[in-house]
Amino acid sequence: MANAIELTNASKVYRRFAHRKQFATLKSALLSRSLVRDLKPEETFTALTNVTVSVPRGQTLGVIGRNGSGKSTMLKLVAGISKPTSGTVRVNGRISALIELGAGFHPEISGRENVFINGIMLGLTKREVADRFDEIVEFAELKEFIDAPVKTYSSGMYMRLGFAVAIHVDPEVLLVDEVLAVGDEGFTHKCLDKFAEFKRRGKTILLVTHSLGMVERFCDEALWLDAGRIKGSGDPKRIVGAYVTDVEKREEHELAATDAKARQEANAAIVSPDEPGSAVLPDNPVETATATGDMFRAAEGRWGSREIEITEVRFVGSDGEAGHVFHSGDRVDVRIRLRAPLPIDDFVVGIGIFNADGTCCYGTNTYLEELAPETMSGDAEATFTIEALDLVEGTYKVDVAVHKIDGYPYDYHRLLHTFRVKSRVKDVGIYRPRHTWTFSNNVRFKEPRGPRS
Amino acid sequence: MLHNLAQLPRYRGLIQSLVARELKARYRGSVLGFFWSFINPLLLLLVYSIVFAYIMPARFTGGEEPKPFADAYPYAVFLFCGLLPWTWFASSLNESAGVLISGGNLIKKVLFPAEVLPIVTSLANMVHFLLGLPILVIFLAYYRAPITVGELAWFPVIVLVQLILTTGLGLLVAALTVHFRDIRDILSNVLSLWFFATPIIYPWQHAPDLGKWFLNVNPFTHLAISYQEVLFFKGPFGHWRWLLALGAGSMAFFLFAYFVFDRLRDTFAEEV
Repeated sequence: MANAIELTNASKVYRRFAHRKQFATLKSALLSRSLVRDLKPEETFTALTNVTVSVPRGQTLGVIGRNGSGKSTMLKLVAGISKPTSGTVRVNGRISALIELGAGFHPEISGRENVFINGIMLGLTKREVADRFDEIVEFAELKEFIDAPVKTYSSGMYMRLGFAVAIHVDPEVLLVDEVLAVGDEGFTHKCLDKFAEFKRRGKTILLVTHSLGMVERFCDEALWLDAGRIKGSGDPKRIVGAYVTDVEKREEHELAATDAKARQEANAAIVSPDEPGSAVLPDNPVETATATGDMFRAAEGRWGSREIEITEVRFVGSDGEAGHVFHSGDRVDVRIRLRAPLPIDDFVVGIGIFNADGTCCYGTNTYLEELAPETMSGDAEATFTIEALDLVEGTYKVDVAVHKIDGYPYDYHRLLHTFRVKSRVKDVGIYRPRHTWTFSNNVRFKEPRGPRS
Repeated sequence: MLHNLAQLPRYRGLIQSLVARELKARYRGSVLGFFWSFINPLLLLLVYSIVFAYIMPARFTGGEEPKPFADAYPYAVFLFCGLLPWTWFASSLNESAGVLISGGNLIKKVLFPAEVLPIVTSLANMVHFLLGLPILVIFLAYYRAPITVGELAWFPVIVLVQLILTTGLGLLVAALTVHFRDIRDILSNVLSLWFFATPIIYPWQHAPDLGKWFLNVNPFTHLAISYQEVLFFKGPFGHWRWLLALGAGSMAFFLFAYFVFDRLRDTFAEEV
């Protein structure tokens, strides 16, 4: 089977933005047909490095990767919009690129005229456009507005018309760059149906997307780009899985860094326990003290006398490793290391979990749970075990505190710790009860739907 | 380059519809619409006539040697013969300077032959020029201009030569402006100097000797003289050798400009 798309060792080097280099680039473009030959490495940026891909005719390839990983650059190379700095790109058959929809529309003239001009730009003849015109307008759902100037269209109408024209070019190779966020549900379905039809008819599709579900459901192969290099390719399920794991790992690093930074800043501005700001806040879970006026003083911070100090807080998953990213339903231990230089007999350990809105999802402390303090001395550890982290997806901030029964703070960590919950199911709310659905026999469902993208 | 040049005829459908769009879009939303194509040159003519007939009366309307403006034969018609093609030329270049930048979306997001844009610009302006001609014809007819069929046959040739010259310059300006945006600003000044360095508001014969040598180097001089001889002055068209030489030169220049454009083509998507 012939390959529809073939990239061999394709690299793309961009010129970094720099003043006063125009002459150099102009000269090298004129003399050697290369924009970047005369530039030093620090003046260039490599967007794509030695990418070798071949897509057999009739296959659908999904390209995934983080922002800036070179996906769109690759698409532009395949589309022929830009040329590889080295290596070769070969495409067999007519291409239609859904990169920017309606890129050639002129706002002042009518939708009808724009359809013709756009169609011709995309390689159709006037006749061909005329033959498909009704179909295009119908697809775009713009029958009543087709004679109005395009500038009066809403952005959704604009995109729909652009999509309709591009898809009716009847290409052998279709390049799609994250354009399905075009319309309402109905239109998105229509687009997907159209893609499926393309697939059935043996056309080749190159799909760049962040919607992993679509790659899993729709693509024959997946390609994972990272920093301009291929990090993996093959079975979509496997690649998407590997990619998701990698993303979580990165998030983990990021959260760890944010946490460390928040604590550092809090330490730099320690408030003494006698200052008014040190009063325990009314919405905090370790609540025993009188409420001060301001409900919304929910900024991060750390205060307290340090007679007992919280030296470390870690979230430990079921695998025994400390981390910041967990899945809904995981078992999580919150390990709190404490140090009491002198023995202390009046203490309460508390914890509070807040979602991104600042809503307290849960809060408790040892006093509320009727544990009467006897003594604490030296290095100690407290573990707060959450048997099942039944929270919906999102980022959560955690308060950890030790204080006297009357509220006098020893060490108060206000929103200084962060973890993230991931979930396959995108349910909403602040609490996910353990639940199942059951139905009487006369209620039936189709095959389980794939994960929503 | 030759390969790409050979592709050009394939884009004629595209060029055609883009020119049509350009014309339609230009006056869309204005009350008088297409009439502006007639009114614009008329107003321009009015301004120049007032300036050079009343505010700064031109010396050569007096009784000097070649005496082109026999008696009442008005200066305005002479002016119009040169002014109309000049408008085509100047606005083409001015628009070409920005055409790749404003069409950046096309170049960056769609596989689109970039040379089409400056070509469309000069063609659209040519259509404006042709639409302005009826005004000129009315004037010429009113003053019974001494036009013969033989002379008139040269008219399309002159238009063709100007088209080649304008398009060539347009391609070059468009390609270079992508790299040096300064050209856009400099260009309008260069063009106004160029305008006065071309025998449009004065007849060639009235330039000083040194100026004549200088004028001969200016390609638009020969276009202006050709238009004036064919449409305005009596007698056979004597400037045809210059015109054909200019045609050949323009063709060579066009190829050179296309070569530069083609070489820079790959840079457009990145620099625009």
